Amino acid sequence: MPQLTLVQAINSTLAHEMQRDDRVVLLGEDVGLNGGVFRVTEGLQARFGKDRVVDTPLDESGIMGSAIGLAIGGMRPIPEIQFEGFLGPAYDQLVNHAARMRTRTRGAITVPMTVRIPVGGGIHAPELHSDSPEAIYAHSPGLKVVMPSTPYDAKGLLLAAIRDPDPVIYFEPKRVYRSFREEVPDEDYTIEIGKAKVVSEGTDITVVTWGAPVFQCLGALDNLPEDVSVELIDLRTIYPIDIETIAQSVQKTGRCVVVHEAPKTAGMGAEISSLIQEHCFLHLEAPVQRCTGFDTIMPYYKLELDYLPETPRIQKAIEECLAY
Amino acid sequence: MPKKVVYEASIEHLQILDEDGKLDAKLAKDTITDEQVVYLYEQMSICRQFDEIAFKLQRSGRMGTYPQNKGQEANAVGAGLALQKGKDWLVPCYRENAALFMHGLPMHYILLHWMGDERGNQIPEGCLMTPISIPIGTQMLHATGIAWAAKLRAEDRVVATFFGDGATSEGDFHGAMNFATVMQAPVIFYCQNNQWAISVPREIQMNSATVAQKALAYDMPTIQIDGNDIFATFKATRDAAKRAREGGGPSFIEAVTYRLGDHTTADDARRYRDQAEVDAWLSKDPLIRTRKYMEGKGLWSDKRQTDLEERAKRIVEEVARTALEIEDPTPADFFDHMYAELPADLARQRETMRTSSLGLSPDQPGLKTQPQRA
Repeated sequence: MPQLTLVQAINSTLAHEMQRDDRVVLLGEDVGLNGGVFRVTEGLQARFGKDRVVDTPLDESGIMGSAIGLAIGGMRPIPEIQFEGFLGPAYDQLVNHAARMRTRTRGAITVPMTVRIPVGGGIHAPELHSDSPEAIYAHSPGLKVVMPSTPYDAKGLLLAAIRDPDPVIYFEPKRVYRSFREEVPDEDYTIEIGKAKVVSEGTDITVVTWGAPVFQCLGALDNLPEDVSVELIDLRTIYPIDIETIAQSVQKTGRCVVVHEAPKTAGMGAEISSLIQEHCFLHLEAPVQRCTGFDTIMPYYKLELDYLPETPRIQKAIEECLAY
Repeated sequence: MPKKVVYEASIEHLQILDEDGKLDAKLAKDTITDEQVVYLYEQMSICRQFDEIAFKLQRSGRMGTYPQNKGQEANAVGAGLALQKGKDWLVPCYRENAALFMHGLPMHYILLHWMGDERGNQIPEGCLMTPISIPIGTQMLHATGIAWAAKLRAEDRVVATFFGDGATSEGDFHGAMNFATVMQAPVIFYCQNNQWAISVPREIQMNSATVAQKALAYDMPTIQIDGNDIFATFKATRDAAKRAREGGGPSFIEAVTYRLGDHTTADDARRYRDQAEVDAWLSKDPLIRTRKYMEGKGLWSDKRQTDLEERAKRIVEEVARTALEIEDPTPADFFDHMYAELPADLARQRETMRTSSLGLSPDQPGLKTQPQRA
């Protein structure tokens, strides 16, 4: 079984599905000859041709809008938006058209497409290259939103996304792109959209996170005293959210910290806290804690690690929640 | 170094049937037959009558806001005839009703749409069209994508998208024009330049002397036509479709026409435009000139006119009845098409018609009230 990075896992999965299904086309800025700015699509144009791995004009709305048309016309497009900060121009097409087409036509016209987007901070990138807008799209009915944090999950979730009959936003945490390798089976497998993963089992406190902060949380767990038993949940899918897995865990532990890079207010942490109090009210031993980005503009990279929920801040939040 | 010209262009204006009903026989050659002229006149007349009844339905509170197509019908019927039903796609705005009807959309669907009923958008199997587009200018990219897909799949298919002069100010218009030419997608950009975007006239909307010249920036074949002339609207669309089918990529058509009515029933055009301007355009009405032409050729009579008027009334009254008598939708409807498969929480919301959590289950811990049902 090959040992792959997140980038390699996504690349080989795209190739796998393009080989299997000739309706799959990739389109975006620099995805062809250059293989994408993160090299996620490297080599795919040479292998599958310019008709299936398409360097488009520099127009995010154009990419999203024409991908919608491709999907309506019978293809399985995978548009890439180069960075999450460039989603703005494509927002209208994504939220007002891709997300609404099925319901406004009562199922007569659908938009099966997977939008790939590098997301999040921690890589010393320029302005508008480090945001975490997943809650915006989870709040947009008609879309599904996933964010794998490991190469294995990246493959399973990508295949599930491409084969999903509805539009799926596939966020790729760029801080994890090359941070480690793991075994990714060659064979075809999917991971169900809407299913979280228990990364480590525990009984004292639940930590819910997704994307790159999974690894900051693991770091925090390493620093905690050995007798503290933490259950770490990698949400993997932002919408539809797997409340069963979260509730089951919090009913057991009675305490929960939600960790995400996005700002606190109206972030997914707020939604998860609310769901926990609905599902686990009589089990709670402490207020649900949110350890997140601040309600500020994501700073330039000199200060990005002060903004992001890094290991010490996560550790503190866990300790305080445990001590309540 | 001497300066040199790096780009030169000119744009043709095409008119075949003038406002007096006089035909340029040379230009009209191989366009539409006498029979087709009569057919298109009938389609325009029925559409005009459809506008009348829609207006009455709105004024009597039985339908929401409605945008009349009045004055622009020659575009929808000419383009509709030039495109192949069941093979080519229509990606409309909301002033192409006649084209949608000619390509198989049941007429009452349009009324349902404006009655606030999504069943009006449930395009029947085999009808190749997207629903009416309410936001301005977003649909041109979808048309481009659909055409691009047809090209990738080697399907013999052309896509026509319709929009107004105002839509050409939107970024997505330029994005679509650029994508379409770069991908050489078989798409026709059909601009119904009706002079007004609600209250903003064309001169304020753009600095360009014509809309057609915007296509030059994309090296897209472009033409300006008389949009109230069924021969011109047919010929321009047919030529563009032929070019697209033969691998020639996209084309642009600026059809100069006029919105004889208000923007919608919620608008009052007297607030911003002179009656004299409207009067001048009334004499260019496509129905009047087509009738004059048919009469001159002995294709039409007062008797046929009376018969048509009666038939049109009968048709649209029946259509209105169908729309009015449809069974009420149920609230579950707005859940059912959110996703191919409803996520669990959404299914729960659908089943209970509630978003609050207490009382959803009798075994809910701490519950002191009886479980509630929707």
